Amino acid sequence: MNQASFAGYDPGGFYDEMFRADGTVRPEYAYLLAQLEQIPREDFLAKQFAAERALMSMGITFNVYSENQGVERIMPIDIIPRIINGEEWKRLEEGLIQRVTALNLFVDDLYHDQQILKDGVIPRHVVESSRGFLPRCMGLNPPQGIWCHITGSDLIRGDDGGFMVLEDNLRCPSGVSYMLENREILKKSFPEVLEKAGVQHVSDYPTRLLDMLQYLSGKAAPTVVVLTPGTYNAAYFEHSYLAQQMGVHLVESSDLIVVDGQVKMRTTSGFETVDVIYRRIDDTFLDPQAFNPDSLIGIPGIFEAYRNGKVALANAPGTGVADDKVVYAYVPRIIEYYLKQEAIIPNVHTYICEEEDSRKYVLEHVEELVVKEANEAGGYGMLIGPKATKAECEEFRKRIQANPRNYIAQPTISLSRVPTHTEAGFEGRHVDLRPYILYGEKVEVIPGGLTRVAMRKGSLVVNSSQGGGSKDTWVLY
Amino acid sequence: MLSRVANSIYWMNRYIERAENYARFMGVKFNLILDMPPSEQEQWEPLLVANADNHLFYQYFDSPGRDAVLHFMSFDERNPNSIFSCFRAARENARSVREIITKEMWEHLNQVFLRVQEESGKKGWKMDEWQDFFNEVKMASQLFYGIIDSTLTRNESWHFCRLGRFIERADKTSRFLDIKYFILLPSIDAIGTNMDLLQWSVVLKSASAYNMYRQAFRVLRPEDIIYFLVLDRHFPRSIYYCLFQAEQSLMAISGKETKGNKAIKVTGKLRSELEFTDAAEIIASGLHEFMDAFQKRNNEIGAAIYETYFALKPVESFNGGAQHQG
Repeated sequence: MNQASFAGYDPGGFYDEMFRADGTVRPEYAYLLAQLEQIPREDFLAKQFAAERALMSMGITFNVYSENQGVERIMPIDIIPRIINGEEWKRLEEGLIQRVTALNLFVDDLYHDQQILKDGVIPRHVVESSRGFLPRCMGLNPPQGIWCHITGSDLIRGDDGGFMVLEDNLRCPSGVSYMLENREILKKSFPEVLEKAGVQHVSDYPTRLLDMLQYLSGKAAPTVVVLTPGTYNAAYFEHSYLAQQMGVHLVESSDLIVVDGQVKMRTTSGFETVDVIYRRIDDTFLDPQAFNPDSLIGIPGIFEAYRNGKVALANAPGTGVADDKVVYAYVPRIIEYYLKQEAIIPNVHTYICEEEDSRKYVLEHVEELVVKEANEAGGYGMLIGPKATKAECEEFRKRIQANPRNYIAQPTISLSRVPTHTEAGFEGRHVDLRPYILYGEKVEVIPGGLTRVAMRKGSLVVNSSQGGGSKDTWVLY
Repeated sequence: MLSRVANSIYWMNRYIERAENYARFMGVKFNLILDMPPSEQEQWEPLLVANADNHLFYQYFDSPGRDAVLHFMSFDERNPNSIFSCFRAARENARSVREIITKEMWEHLNQVFLRVQEESGKKGWKMDEWQDFFNEVKMASQLFYGIIDSTLTRNESWHFCRLGRFIERADKTSRFLDIKYFILLPSIDAIGTNMDLLQWSVVLKSASAYNMYRQAFRVLRPEDIIYFLVLDRHFPRSIYYCLFQAEQSLMAISGKETKGNKAIKVTGKLRSELEFTDAAEIIASGLHEFMDAFQKRNNEIGAAIYETYFALKPVESFNGGAQHQG
């Protein structure tokens, strides 16, 4: 019998999540490994195939556009889970709560007294030139004082195995539906292992999300809706999935209208008042009156209704300022400023190109660094020095000199790896981790998250638009 | 319920019902061919004419051969009524209301679509393969209704499901009867002959009505068959039954107070007219003419439903409506 074997597995000099450098298995993976080694290879392949098949028939797809024809793809799942032990998770949890608490204080301060700018902790022009900073939000008091209700910060492990924050996503972090469905799939792939290994559950996320959203309204039974750009959005599946799991309406902009200062939805029996909107569309597409007079999308008057406290929006408009990659570089200082604490989870070391010494260093070392534009996401607008051509490096040098505010640079980090099924047997693939943090009555971290995998050999890019897949993430008790 | 959502649910069901009936049309046509003496010419055009697909068909094809017609009605993406197009549209509608319908409904439609898509690429179809395919489509639709029946709460969504299904079914049953009209008998003397009755029995079978008809009337008589398919109070594919059910759902959606509701008005009017019509009158007015007139009125019901429930209305006309919502 030909077992699924790890005999020839090579950690390749990277931090491997399953094996220590000496080849022994880490305790959190011991039970899984023992089980995997007993499964005949054909059975493992059948499980992997069944998982992919299930994604397709459940219609868990994202849309990729070429020309005008939409193509549906599944984000490939690898059924070997990524496991984090309980102790390590506890620290991550504390660190994430600390970070989100500080960021919320920071955003609130920016749109009120701007004390942090007055005290010179962050240069004023960095904030004011950030694309996510919305002057229209000045003086705004969101319900319960919460701005960032749902946050998904991306974490990575470097060579020494320590977790670091790679970036924050305070606008509309996506991917949580994959966290939930991946777990459902793994329940079918490895039911016994899940049971015996002692894995914390994530399945009450929709309940927690709904609780948090309802908390934003003063009403006893508020009407909550999820606002989607529509079926053509890449993340449409997730929008509809979350609405379905919470049992609330999924609305498009055209379903909403502001009547006498109240947000209403158009129903078969007239207009119905909406109290809380979990919006999955960008700030500037919310309301053409407030942000973009030329836009045909959006709900005219909704921002005014929001300002007057007639409706709650999650996340609040204006939080995008904290997603700015230059602002990110200041987060450890932001935590220290508001909480008088040192950041529990450090940032990746970041060179702010605007600061003269850093810029000089970056210009001299572009070939070794990862350079990122301040306002881009999804793996776009970035240069991976060691993999770039001479001309590309030169191009970025010019861009940095022309507009230093818009660039940061970080050392190239070899993300940690997890054994992953490939045609050639089990091989290490680089991963990151996106945990989800909800800010309602208190700040909660969901014990799990989305582990994204760079499925291509040697690749460090985990984005689904660029060949990334995902794994279920097990947080042990 | 959101107007947009109600619209999608309604059309999702219309498309499924349409796909099922297209499969029925073609499946039955095969049976008819197999029962015909070999000297008879295969007639494929009546299928197109009865469904008003002939104009579109002749834009792409010169003559209505078997393969051309079957592919056009089954898989042609240029034909918005082909089985493939129907399932695609039903699935797209379902996709836009996934949060409202049940998981089982969505997964079933998704799987059926993927299956039809797979079949659409296949070449060199044999007769028995077509038969299997049409049967599979019919079963997929029946299973969908079974899933709705056993998973969906009897709420507004359920009623919009029924509404779509019955309005579409009423239209299609009238077209089954039209097919009989369009299929030519070899000569005028053939009326009332075995071949004539054979064709009538095929019409019954295409509406899954053969056994139920036999139980009710035993003898095959055109007048009774017309009664059964148009006016019978209890047979689930008769036109009267479909309209009665549609009306019931409309009243369930809008409550007892139906004044000023155009959808209920036009549906109720047509249903009550049928209630006091008999088969002899239909024959006297001309079967085809009667069906033609019915299809027009049925389309008016569709338009009234759109106007009453789905159309985006400006704020002014709704201000009054918002007051008396339940």
